[in-house]
Amino acid sequence: MFSNITLRTLIYIIRYVQLKAGSFAILLGYFFQYNNVADNICSLKSVRFAVLNYIWFAMLVLGIVVGIMNGRVDEITRAVVSSSQNAIELGIGLLGIMCLWTGLMNIAERSGIIRKVSKAIRPVMSFLFPGIPKEHPAGGAIVMNLVANFLGLGNAATPLGLKAMNELQKLNPEKDVATDEMSMFLVLNTACLQFIPATVIALRAAAGSKNPTEVIGTIWVATLCAATAGVVAAKIFSYLFGNKTRHVNGTKRGKS
Amino acid sequence: MNIVKELSIYAIPAIFLIILCVGMYKEIKVYDVFIEGAKEGITTVLKIIPSLVGLMVAVGVFRASGALDLLVFAFKPVTNILRIPPDAVPMIFLRPISGSASLAMLSDIFKVHGPDSFVGRVASTLMGSTETIFYTLAVYFGAVGIKKIRYTLVAALIADLASVIAAVWICTVVFG
Repeated sequence: MFSNITLRTLIYIIRYVQLKAGSFAILLGYFFQYNNVADNICSLKSVRFAVLNYIWFAMLVLGIVVGIMNGRVDEITRAVVSSSQNAIELGIGLLGIMCLWTGLMNIAERSGIIRKVSKAIRPVMSFLFPGIPKEHPAGGAIVMNLVANFLGLGNAATPLGLKAMNELQKLNPEKDVATDEMSMFLVLNTACLQFIPATVIALRAAAGSKNPTEVIGTIWVATLCAATAGVVAAKIFSYLFGNKTRHVNGTKRGKS
Repeated sequence: MNIVKELSIYAIPAIFLIILCVGMYKEIKVYDVFIEGAKEGITTVLKIIPSLVGLMVAVGVFRASGALDLLVFAFKPVTNILRIPPDAVPMIFLRPISGSASLAMLSDIFKVHGPDSFVGRVASTLMGSTETIFYTLAVYFGAVGIKKIRYTLVAALIADLASVIAAVWICTVVFG
C-alpha cells in the first residue's frame, strides 16, 4: 500500500515522531500545567465548533492529498458519493430506535423517576462534594442532572446541569475560577454513567448487528471504570491543589 | 463473565417494565405521552443528519485515500502496548471532541469491519462509555463564566483514558 516514495518519507517522519514521543509527552505536560489550553477552551464558547472546523478541514484536505499521492483519486470520488448516501441511510436507520427511546423516556420523565432515584443516591453526595452544605439546592440539582444522564434523558439533563453550575457558582468565592465541586461534577458528568446507551444500540441495529444490545454490559463496566478513575483523579487533584474552596466554605457555612 | 452478557440481555426489557409500570401507577396516559416523546426523537435525528453527511464524507475520504491507514500506522506502538485494536484509534481521538464525528467514525468502522467484529464491539463500548468532554466543559463552564478551569480537563481526560483501557479489557474478556 505504501509503494510511493513520498509516502515512504512520510513513514520515516512518523517513525521519528514515534521515537520522540516521550519528550513530546513531557512538553504536553508543561503545556497543561500552565493551564493555557484549558483557559482557551472556556474563554470561547464556540470552541468545539472551531476545533471541529479544523478537524473536518484536515480530514478532507489530508485525505485528498494523500489520495492523490497514493493514486487513489477515483476511490475518493466514489467515497464522497457513497458516504453522503450512507449518512442519510444511517439517519433513517437511527430514527426507529431513537423515537422508541425518546418516547419511553418521556413516560419516565413525566412519572417523576428522576426525583425518586435522586433521593436514593443522596448519601453518596457528601463524600463526592464535601464543600456543598446540606440542603443546599446545588446538591439537588447535581443529583438530578446525574440521574437524568444515567437514564439517557439528554433534554432534561442539560437544564438541570446548568442549574447545578449556577448554584455552585453561588458558593464560589472567585467567580472566574472553578471550584473542586465544579470539577468533580463535570468529571462525573463527562464520565457519563448511562443505563441504556440508546444511540450505540440504534447504530448497531442500523448496521445489521446480530445482537445490538450485547454491548450494554461492557459499556457499564467501562463507564464505571471511567467514573472511578475520574473521581479518584479529581479527589487527588483537589487534595494537591484545592485548598482554596475548603476554608471559604467554612466561612460560608458559618454565615448561613 | 456471563453476568455481563446476561445483564445486556435483561436491561432493555427490564427498563420497559419498570417505566411502564411506574407510569401506570402514577396515572399517566402512557401511550399518549409515548407518542409525544417519540416525535422529539424524529427532530433529534433530523437535526444531526446535516452534520452526519459532512462528517461521514470526511471520514469516507480519509479512509479511501489511505490517510487513515497512515494514522493507524503512526499509533501502532501505543496501540500495541495497550492492546487497542488499531482501527479504533480515530474513534478514541474524535470521541471527546464531537459526538457526531465519532458517530460517523463508528458507523464507518461498522461498515468496514461489521458491528459484531472485535473492533466493532470495542468501538461501540468506547462510544457508549465516554462523553464529548470538550463540548460539555465549554457549555457548562461557559454558562457561568468560569475562566480558569484548573484540573478539570486533565481529570476528565484521565477518566476518558481509563474508559479506553477498560473497554479494550472488558471486550477481550467477554467477547474474546
